[in-house]
Amino acid sequence: MTADIPFILGGIPLQSRLFLGTGKFGANSLIPAVAEASGAEVVTVAMRRVDKNGQGITAHIPSNIRLLPNTSGARTAEEALRLARLARAAGCGTWVKIEVISDTRYLLPDGYETARAVELLVKEGITALPYINPDLYVARACAEAGAAAVMPLAAPIGTNRGLRTKEMIAILIEEIDLPIVVDAGLGRPSQACEAMEMGATACLVNTAIASAEDPVRMAAAFKTAVKAGRQAWLAGAGAVRARQDGAEASSPLTDFLQ
Amino acid sequence: MDVLVNGKTESLPLSACLTDMLRKRGNDVKTVVVELNGRIVPHEEFAQTCMQANDTLEIVHFVGGG
Repeated sequence: MTADIPFILGGIPLQSRLFLGTGKFGANSLIPAVAEASGAEVVTVAMRRVDKNGQGITAHIPSNIRLLPNTSGARTAEEALRLARLARAAGCGTWVKIEVISDTRYLLPDGYETARAVELLVKEGITALPYINPDLYVARACAEAGAAAVMPLAAPIGTNRGLRTKEMIAILIEEIDLPIVVDAGLGRPSQACEAMEMGATACLVNTAIASAEDPVRMAAAFKTAVKAGRQAWLAGAGAVRARQDGAEASSPLTDFLQ
Repeated sequence: MDVLVNGKTESLPLSACLTDMLRKRGNDVKTVVVELNGRIVPHEEFAQTCMQANDTLEIVHFVGGG
């Protein structure tokens, strides 16, 4: 079996195609075991004000894992830039997941502001990973502005609704010459597997794992699913037969029960 | 003296430095990021950065997020 095509993001080769989000866990102390079970090499974090005696999440993230700070809370490109600068000052590298959202009900990312944010961040030497609606024009604008990948949503964030934007993600996979990291809305390992079978480069999962009864086991399930989907894509699935063409025997037709 | 920290007024000893103030707040000096009057203060400058009355600070760190 030939080896997989290397997954290189922002100049860094990655083995794992599952990124883990760290929000909504019952306790941050769960994260080391979840991270290990997921096999993730990249985890997302958010940046927030520190209360008195407030403890951050950094201590709970294994040191071999790369942090991907997001700009959640930003409503404009300029706010995203401010958060990105703060994130970079934390000293954990130059990767930033751009999230620019002003809609409070569906939390859909603002494509115009996101593309502008990519431009601003890339000018400052930040590796920009924009979270987008799977919109071809927005994805192209992000690519032209120098994004290192695009991160299209499968469904509204935190909903576990699955691969609702499948058609549009398939178009991005076909048209955009960047890693496609399916992010937000995946609720089941089978859905992550399906995204990978379509040719997505990687998946980012948070709520589906954090909201599971056993997050560690669910992380392991997603790890397996993403790997299976990737293998299936590399293997090249056989053609689907049209219903009106009937079925085709997979065993040789008998020659003695005539 | 009073300074504005994360949108709230906090009282500090005159010309307190950042390191002392963070320790007093119970914050991890190594993992927080500080913006003083809109400028990010590099970690190596925390000890010699003294605040003045009515300064505006943002003290942030990483929390769980997707």
